[in-house]
Amino acid sequence: MASIPADKHGTGSVENLPPHETYRHAEHFRNAADEFDAAKMGVWLFLATEVLLFSGLFVFYGVMRMLHPEAFIHGSSLLDWRWGLFNTIVLLLSSFTVADAVRCAQSGDQKGLKRNIVLTFILGTAFLLIKFIFEYAPKYAEGKLPGAFFSYPNWESPYEPLWWGLYWGATGIHASHVVVGMGLFIWLYIRAKKGHFGPKHYTAVEGVGLYWHIVDIVWIFLFPMLYLIH
Amino acid sequence: MASITDTKVGSHGHDHHHDESFLTPKSTMWATIIDWATTVDHKKIGLMYLVTILFMFLLGGLAALAVRLELLEPTRTVQTMLADGSVKTVIEGQLFTVAGAANVADSNNLYNKIFTLHGLIMVFLVIVPSVPASLGNFFIPLMLGAKDVAFPRLNLASWYIYLIGSFFAIASALVGGVDTGWTFYTPYSTMTDEGHWKVVFMILSAFILGFSSILTGLNFIVTVHKLRAPGMGWFDMPLFIWGMYGTSLIQVLATPVIGITLLLLVFERLFHIGIFDPRMGGDPVLFQHFFWFYSHPVVYVMILPGMAIMSELIAVFCRKKVFGYRAVAFSSLAIAAIAFVVWGHHMFTAQGEVASAIFSALTFLVALPSAVKVFNWIATLYKGSISLKTPMWYALGFLFLFSIGGLTGLFLGTLSVDLHLHDTYFVVAHFHYVMMGGTIIAFVGGLHMWWPKMFGKMYNEFWGQIGFWLVFLGFNLTFFPQFIMGVHGMPRRYASYVDEFTIYHQLSTYGSWMLLAGFLVHLFNFIYSLAAGPKAPPNPWGGLSLEWTDADSPPTTHNFSHDPIVTHGPYDFDDVVPPQTKPGEFPLPAPLPAGARAH
Ligand code: HEM
Ligand SMILES: [Cu+2]
Repeated sequence: MASIPADKHGTGSVENLPPHETYRHAEHFRNAADEFDAAKMGVWLFLATEVLLFSGLFVFYGVMRMLHPEAFIHGSSLLDWRWGLFNTIVLLLSSFTVADAVRCAQSGDQKGLKRNIVLTFILGTAFLLIKFIFEYAPKYAEGKLPGAFFSYPNWESPYEPLWWGLYWGATGIHASHVVVGMGLFIWLYIRAKKGHFGPKHYTAVEGVGLYWHIVDIVWIFLFPMLYLIH
Repeated sequence: MASITDTKVGSHGHDHHHDESFLTPKSTMWATIIDWATTVDHKKIGLMYLVTILFMFLLGGLAALAVRLELLEPTRTVQTMLADGSVKTVIEGQLFTVAGAANVADSNNLYNKIFTLHGLIMVFLVIVPSVPASLGNFFIPLMLGAKDVAFPRLNLASWYIYLIGSFFAIASALVGGVDTGWTFYTPYSTMTDEGHWKVVFMILSAFILGFSSILTGLNFIVTVHKLRAPGMGWFDMPLFIWGMYGTSLIQVLATPVIGITLLLLVFERLFHIGIFDPRMGGDPVLFQHFFWFYSHPVVYVMILPGMAIMSELIAVFCRKKVFGYRAVAFSSLAIAAIAFVVWGHHMFTAQGEVASAIFSALTFLVALPSAVKVFNWIATLYKGSISLKTPMWYALGFLFLFSIGGLTGLFLGTLSVDLHLHDTYFVVAHFHYVMMGGTIIAFVGGLHMWWPKMFGKMYNEFWGQIGFWLVFLGFNLTFFPQFIMGVHGMPRRYASYVDEFTIYHQLSTYGSWMLLAGFLVHLFNFIYSLAAGPKAPPNPWGGLSLEWTDADSPPTTHNFSHDPIVTHGPYDFDDVVPPQTKPGEFPLPAPLPAGARAH
C-alpha cells in the first residue's frame, strides 16, 4: 500500500453525514488546517508563475510598441473597445460569482454553491463566445492576422502584422486559460453535487476561485493595453 | 534501531505493510509494475526519476563521445569518412539519416546536430532535474521528518510530464535532429529547418520540461514550509534543504519566463508572427535577453543542488558542524537573488556598451556568495575528523573543480577579457567545470553517500574510489586543455580546426574515454551492490539528520515508524556523538532514553 491518497472523502454513509463532514485530511499532514494552508500556498505559487508568464508577454508588448508605435496605434484603433469593455464586465461579474461560490461553500450553502459555479461557467462561456463570434471571426475574415498570414489591405504601417501577432498571441494565451477554467468549473460542479464541499472542506473551490481571479486580472491588464492606449 | 523505543502511530499502527521496506515487491510482477507506475510515494518517484535521468545521461554522454571522436583529428575522422562515403558510422546508419552525406557541409551539419543534442539533453533532461528530482524527492521529506512531499500526486504528474518532454526531445532527434545549439538563438532557430517539426519538437520539449520543473519546485517549497517535524525550525534544517529551497525558488520564478519565450518562438515558427524577425520589425536580440533571463538563473538551479549536497558530504565525513551555517544558508538565497540580474554577461557582444559594463559589474557580485560557501566548507575541513571514503573524495573533487570553474567565470565576466574569450573553448571549459565538475561530481558523491540509505546495500569502497579517480583525472584531462586552446582562439561549435590545436583536442578526447571508464566502474559497482552488496545498517556514516537517525535502510513505506521529533541539530557532532576511538570510525549518536519519542 504505497499510496497516500491526497484527498480522502468519507462515503457519506456513516451516520448519514455528507462527505464534506466526514472528510479526513491526507495522512502526511498533521491536521486539516495544515493541509488547507499547504494547498493554498501551492495555488499562490502557481499563480505567481502565471503572473510571471504574462509579465514576460507584457514586456514583449512594451518593447515592440516602443520600436513601432505607429503600427500599434493604428492596429489598436481597429479593435472595437466596446466589445472589449463588454467582455471586461462579463469577466468581472464572473469574478464576483466565483467569490460568492467560495462564500457559499464556507457557509455550507450547497444550493448557492452550485448556482454560483454554474453562473461562473456561463459567464466564462459568454466571454469566449463573444470573443470568437464578434472579435476573432471578423478579424479572421478581414485578414487581420499574425505575421505571414496578414492580408488586411488598409494597413498604415508595414509592421502591423507584428501587432496582430501580439494581439492574437496574447488574447489566445489568455483565452486558453479561460478554457482551462471552464474545465475546472465542470469538475467543481460534479464534486459539489456529490457534496464534497462544506465549511470544513472547500480547498478546491478556493483554489479554482483564486485561479479565476488571476485570469480576470490578466484581462484587466490586456484590455487597456490592447484596446485603449492610443 | 529507532523502533526499540517507539510506539506506533495510532490510526495506521495495525497496517501490516507498515514495517516493510518501500522496495518490497508486490506478489506478481504486473502488480509491482502498476504499483510503481501509479505510486505517490516520494521515494519511488525519486528512484524513477533517478533511473530516467541516468538513462538520459547515458544518451547525452554518447553524443558527447561522438563529438569528441570527431575532434580527434583536425579534419579527418567521422566527418571526412562520411564525406568520402567510405565508411558508414553507427551514428549515420542508425540515428541520423544524412542521406548520402555526399559533401563536407552535410557531415558538418551532422556534427552540429550531435553537439546540439548533447547540450539539450544534458541541460534540460539531465542537470536541471538531476539532483532535485531524484535525491531531492527522496530525501527532502526524510530529512524534514515528513511522510511525503506536500502534493504527492503532483509529484507523480511531474515525472510523467518529464517523460513526455523527453519523448519530444528524442522524437526531434529521430526525425532528423536540430542544429541550433542548446540556446535556440534566433533568427537561426526560426529560419532553418524547412520542415518545421524538428525545431518545434525540441522547443516543445524544453517547454514541457519546464512544467515538470515548476511542479517539482512548487512542491518542495510548500513541503519545506509546511511539513517540518516538530522541533525543526528554519535554522535546524540540514543545509541540503536550504540549497533545495533556493533551487526551487529559482525554478518557480524563472521558468515561466522561458515558458512564454519558447511559446512565442513556436508561434514565430508556425505562424511567422515576426517578433524575432527583423524583416518584420521584430528583434532577434530580444530572444537572447529572454533566454538568458531564464538561463542564467537556471545555471544556479544546476549548481545550488550540488552545493546543497556538498554541505552534507563535508559535515558527515568530517564529523563537524558546518562552519558558518547561516552564512551558507543565506548565500543560497543571495545566489538565487543575484542570479536574476546578471543575464547580460552572455551578451557582451550583442548589446550596448553601457549595458555590458553594468552587467559585467553585477556579474562579479555572483561570485561572492559562491565563494562564501567554498570558504565555509574549507573551514569545516580544518581540524575535522576526515574519512576519505568515496563521497568525501567527491566532495574534495568538487572543491577543486568548482573553484576553477567559478574563478574562470570571473575572467569571462570581465568585459574586456570576454570579448576575446567569448564563443571560444574557454567558455566550454568554464561551464563544464561548474556544471560537470560541480553538479555532476556532487551528484555522484551524494549518490554514494545515500546509496546505502536508498537501497539498504553498501557499495564497494575500493571500486568506488577507483571510479572517482578515473572520473576526476578524466575530467581534468578532457576539459583543462580546452582552457588553453580557448585562450589561443579555438572557437566553439566547429567540426574541424587548424593543426596547432591538435594536441589539445587529442588530450581532450582521450580524457572523454577515461571519463566513460570511470562512470562504467561506478555503474557496475552499483549494479553489483544491488545484486550482492553487504546489507547496510541504518546509519553507516554516523550522520545526524533524520534520514540517518530515524529511518531504516531502506526506509519503510511510511518513512518512519514513529513521528520524529528533532532533539538536536543536523551537525551537532560535538554534542551528541561520542568521539572517535580510531580514525575513520563513525560513532553513532547515543540512543534517546526510552519513551522520549512516544506520543
Ligand atoms: C562564479 C560564478 C560565475 C560567473 C562569474 C560566471 C560567468 C560566466 C560568463 C561571463 C559567461 C559568458 C561567457 C561568454 O559566453 O563569453 C558564462 C557562461 C556560462 N556559464 Fe558561467 N559563471 C559562473 C558560474 C556558473 C555556474 C555555477 C554555472 C552552471 C552550473 C555556469 C554555467 C555557464 C554556462 C552553461 C555558460 C555558457 C552558456 C553558453 O553560451 O552556451 N556558470 N559564465
Ligand atoms: Cu550566466
